Amino acid sequence: MDYLGDLQAFLPGIITAVAGLAVITIEALKSGHKSAYWVTSFSLIVALFFGIQSLGTPLQEAFSGMLVHGGIAAFGNVIILLGTLFCVFLSNDYLEGIDHNYNEVYGMILFATSGMICLAGANDLISLFLGLETMSICLYVMAGLIKNEKQGAEGALKYFLLGAFSTGFLLYGAALLYGATGTTSIPGIGAAASSDLLFLAGAALLLIGFLFKVSAVPFHMWTPDVYQATPTTLTAYMATASKAATFMAMILVLSRALPSVEGLDWQAVLSVVAIITMIFGNIIALVQDNIKRMLAYSSIAHAGYALVGLSAATPEGYSAVAFYLFAYTIMNVGAFGVVAYYERNKGLDFSDVNNLAGLGFKKPMMGVMMSLFLFSLAGIPPFVGFVGKYYVFAAAINANMVPLAIVGVLASAASVYYYLRVMVYLYFREAHKETEMIDASFLYKGALVILALLTVYYGIEPILPFGGLMELITGF
Amino acid sequence: MESATALFSLIIALPLLGFLINGLTGLFVESYRNKKQLIGSIASTAVFIPFVIAVYFFINMNAGSEALIYKLFTWMDVGTFSVDVAYRVDQLSVMMTMVVTGVGFLIHIYSMGYMSHDEGYWKFFAYLNLFIFAMLNLVLGNNLLLLFLGWEGVGVCSYLLIGFWYTDMAKSDAAKKAFIYNRIGDFAFLIAMFMVFQTVGSLNFDVILGNLDSFTEGYMVAIGLLMFVGATGKSAQIPLFVWLPDAMAGPTPVSALIHAATMVTSGIYLISRMSPMYAMIPEVMIIISVIGALTAIVAATIAITQNDIKGVLAYSTVSQLGYMFLALGAGGFTAAMFHVVTHAFFKACLFLGSGSVIHAMEHVEHGLHKEGKDVHFDPQDMRFMGGLKKYMPSTYKTFLIATVAIAGIPPLAGFFSKDEVLAMTMNAGFVDGGSWVYMMLWGVGIITAFLTAFYMFRLTLTTFHGSFKLPTKIKEAAGSEKFLHENPWNMTTPLWILAVLAVFGGFLGVPNFIVETFTHEPAHINLLHDWLYKINADYIIEMEHWVEWVLMAVSILIAISGVWLAFRMYNNDQQEESDAKIASRFGGLYSVWKDKYNLDDVYEGLVANPTVKFSDKVLAVFDMKVVDGIVNAIAGTVRLFGSLFRYLQTGVVSSYALAFVIGVIVILYLMIS
Repeated sequence: MDYLGDLQAFLPGIITAVAGLAVITIEALKSGHKSAYWVTSFSLIVALFFGIQSLGTPLQEAFSGMLVHGGIAAFGNVIILLGTLFCVFLSNDYLEGIDHNYNEVYGMILFATSGMICLAGANDLISLFLGLETMSICLYVMAGLIKNEKQGAEGALKYFLLGAFSTGFLLYGAALLYGATGTTSIPGIGAAASSDLLFLAGAALLLIGFLFKVSAVPFHMWTPDVYQATPTTLTAYMATASKAATFMAMILVLSRALPSVEGLDWQAVLSVVAIITMIFGNIIALVQDNIKRMLAYSSIAHAGYALVGLSAATPEGYSAVAFYLFAYTIMNVGAFGVVAYYERNKGLDFSDVNNLAGLGFKKPMMGVMMSLFLFSLAGIPPFVGFVGKYYVFAAAINANMVPLAIVGVLASAASVYYYLRVMVYLYFREAHKETEMIDASFLYKGALVILALLTVYYGIEPILPFGGLMELITGF
Repeated sequence: MESATALFSLIIALPLLGFLINGLTGLFVESYRNKKQLIGSIASTAVFIPFVIAVYFFINMNAGSEALIYKLFTWMDVGTFSVDVAYRVDQLSVMMTMVVTGVGFLIHIYSMGYMSHDEGYWKFFAYLNLFIFAMLNLVLGNNLLLLFLGWEGVGVCSYLLIGFWYTDMAKSDAAKKAFIYNRIGDFAFLIAMFMVFQTVGSLNFDVILGNLDSFTEGYMVAIGLLMFVGATGKSAQIPLFVWLPDAMAGPTPVSALIHAATMVTSGIYLISRMSPMYAMIPEVMIIISVIGALTAIVAATIAITQNDIKGVLAYSTVSQLGYMFLALGAGGFTAAMFHVVTHAFFKACLFLGSGSVIHAMEHVEHGLHKEGKDVHFDPQDMRFMGGLKKYMPSTYKTFLIATVAIAGIPPLAGFFSKDEVLAMTMNAGFVDGGSWVYMMLWGVGIITAFLTAFYMFRLTLTTFHGSFKLPTKIKEAAGSEKFLHENPWNMTTPLWILAVLAVFGGFLGVPNFIVETFTHEPAHINLLHDWLYKINADYIIEMEHWVEWVLMAVSILIAISGVWLAFRMYNNDQQEESDAKIASRFGGLYSVWKDKYNLDDVYEGLVANPTVKFSDKVLAVFDMKVVDGIVNAIAGTVRLFGSLFRYLQTGVVSSYALAFVIGVIVILYLMIS
């Protein structure tokens, strides 16, 4: 056994877990000490560095086949760590602003990230479950961070109850798959795949567990309540990193455990879910006046677009989804970041879109960046969101799923309306009476600028600098 | 990068650079916003240099030259799917580039005068540069995706510029209306693009047009129709044209540049670019012609009744765009492009001239206010004008020249292009498999030509001839003509340049038959036709020469009689009596024209009102804030569903779990069955 090699394979996960312990220790010794934040940032940068290092290596097993690393798993790690890092950068100022800057938050983020890395590299149902639960439990805690408000406690409780509910299905599915094939190894299940009832039911329940986590309709109902109740920068973390990790795990499971067997038609199921999710998410987003709820429904819709790519079930489709997650993560963290920037100001509730009137000119840089992120989310070229959508829809069309792509295109047509609405308030409405705006730290603004630049850069030059996307995601 | 690519990339890069410099500096450095000379010069230079480079490319090209492809970098690359940021310089795109940058430059110069007192000066020029950048991507892109990038980009810029004076609610609504109407068209285009990609696996024009036989008949018809729907959105054709007149809420230079000369012609460019495909689907061609002809006559009849100087020009633009589609559908792709070019000259001149008039009228209003008189009037309403030729000689002369051009009086530009449009329409009735429908459409075109000459002279005579009517209309404004004066040189010079182009632009396309009748061998005096023969799949002219002579004579007679009638009815301050006379002659028909065929109301009545009633009575809780036209009607309908769904979202965990379980049952059923 090559323990050193195994450890190396899981290095980003180990770094984040150890840093999480360190943060808790710091908090125990010196409550509220700033070093916890710096340890978190630094460890994430180091983990991201190692994650980028392993991009382009072939997909390999580690820890006696419990995990995989390299290939698409490495790409997933980069997305997760990138999203986490930026959320941490934004959290410091924001949580300070709303008087909830506890060091435990950073510990939770680090543990959750470690869980996500495990989830996105799972090669066995056991490690998959371990990663998923490590991630979820930390997220439940984060959702209830603002505990002195009814909303916060309610959101966290809802999230926990429904999360436990869905975990039940996932676990049950795993058990049935084990019963049908006699193994928990993902490639092992794929090799023993059959179309008997036990196997099909197991696959369906497993999928349901995933669909809950990515908030696909009709398993999405927790999303708006929870997103609204959670502190905004942590909402960004939930909406991006955790979804990216779950989608990555889905790609691994779908491509390796559920091959095309006669009678096993998960593609059709996923495309139905994708259609409902896209339509529902976009339509209901239209009537939201609270910008966080609007972004929650928009994230539901985006999960629908990603499901389009998964339904294609081709290497092209999977890599399109991977790129989509990358795009979605940077633009969504950016949009939430700008919302958080406004929200830090007391007096008005800046998550209400009516109160954003005229702010575009008052804070020009933030206004420009918000417009950029929203344009990208709406899928208008030349921003990264357009490229992501294009890849996904093109993959669906090449897999002969033209109607699916058409629904996607039309649904995203409707989405323009509600993204544009925010910009109309920012720029085309008279500002309210003088509201003093608190400025953010250099790091905060710097993080947003980098996200904005990435949104533009990968929109114009979407080939990753490490080589072609297809070469990155080798070996399913 | 080799030197030719570097030189070419300046065409694209400079307007973008101008946008970034003015936009970013203006946004962050407050003192920069007042350096108006500097801002205007940077923006104008960023358009002028690309114009010079485009001319250089034009000179180094001849009619037989192969297209030059300049690839800057690879944009997307996944598996078999690859798109480059590559530009295509060929006879068609170089021509469009010269029009966009040339007319664009003149309008930049004009705007330096027109916008000089506006606080948002820096923003205005930043947007203009961004528009030019997007428009150049549209006409120069070597693949459909890059064209689409420009297509969306010009839509965004048009949105920003229509709503430029956003403090006014009506204006920001007009902006939104324009944007959303355009999006309707855009999505048809996007679906067409996917279908093209699915069939040939590429979006490059060379590949698409080289593999037309791999499309099935049905696919080709669908793609052709979808692209045409896209074009009707951008180029304001029935049924999507209602946004364009509202778009006149933007500053007048914007109307001239975007909503007359360039952006609105992009639908025509697209179909022209795809002409080899369209030539293979005659059933779609006939639809294009019918829509074009209908739009032309509908808009022309509305134009007769308008009193807003920009309103007349807006409907006139819609009508002229209809002519271009008429020609496209009749296999006259070159004729349509010819009309695009000449129309850019004379319509830009007319819009800038109207801007000059509005500027002067606003000046009168300000002057009266300074005297302490509380007088308010609409500076765009021609009923308050009249006799302006004495006070604004340059504006008058250029406006008159452009009016003669658009009316189709030889030998000015509009005569030749309109004549070719009409001749090609008739010709489509003669070609093999041609339809009698085209001959009917020729008739519609001729009536429209008469109306065009008539309403344009109505506008010019009412505005510039007779006496200044403001003092007689409003007592307090007596003596206000002393505030009238001609505008500064940077506004009149562009007018003169455009007027000269409106005089001579037509010689690009003098019909060959004029010479052929005498020499009896193929002539080459139609320069444009020779220039574009490699790109446009025009129908061959099947008509005898004598038929062409007759058609030309008819269109000259029609134009002259339109002008003559307008002179009789409008030359001596008789506008309101004459309008009343027409109204009583045509009765109900006239009020239909005046109410713009009630199209806004129809859209509202069909979709919006039932929705409102339903939501008022059935769902009174649901707040419908704005219901205006189809834009909000669509949004309203969708919002209605949205709020229905919202009731499902009650916030109770048990109902969430119930939905969850239903989902589980459905998915299990789907998987197992």
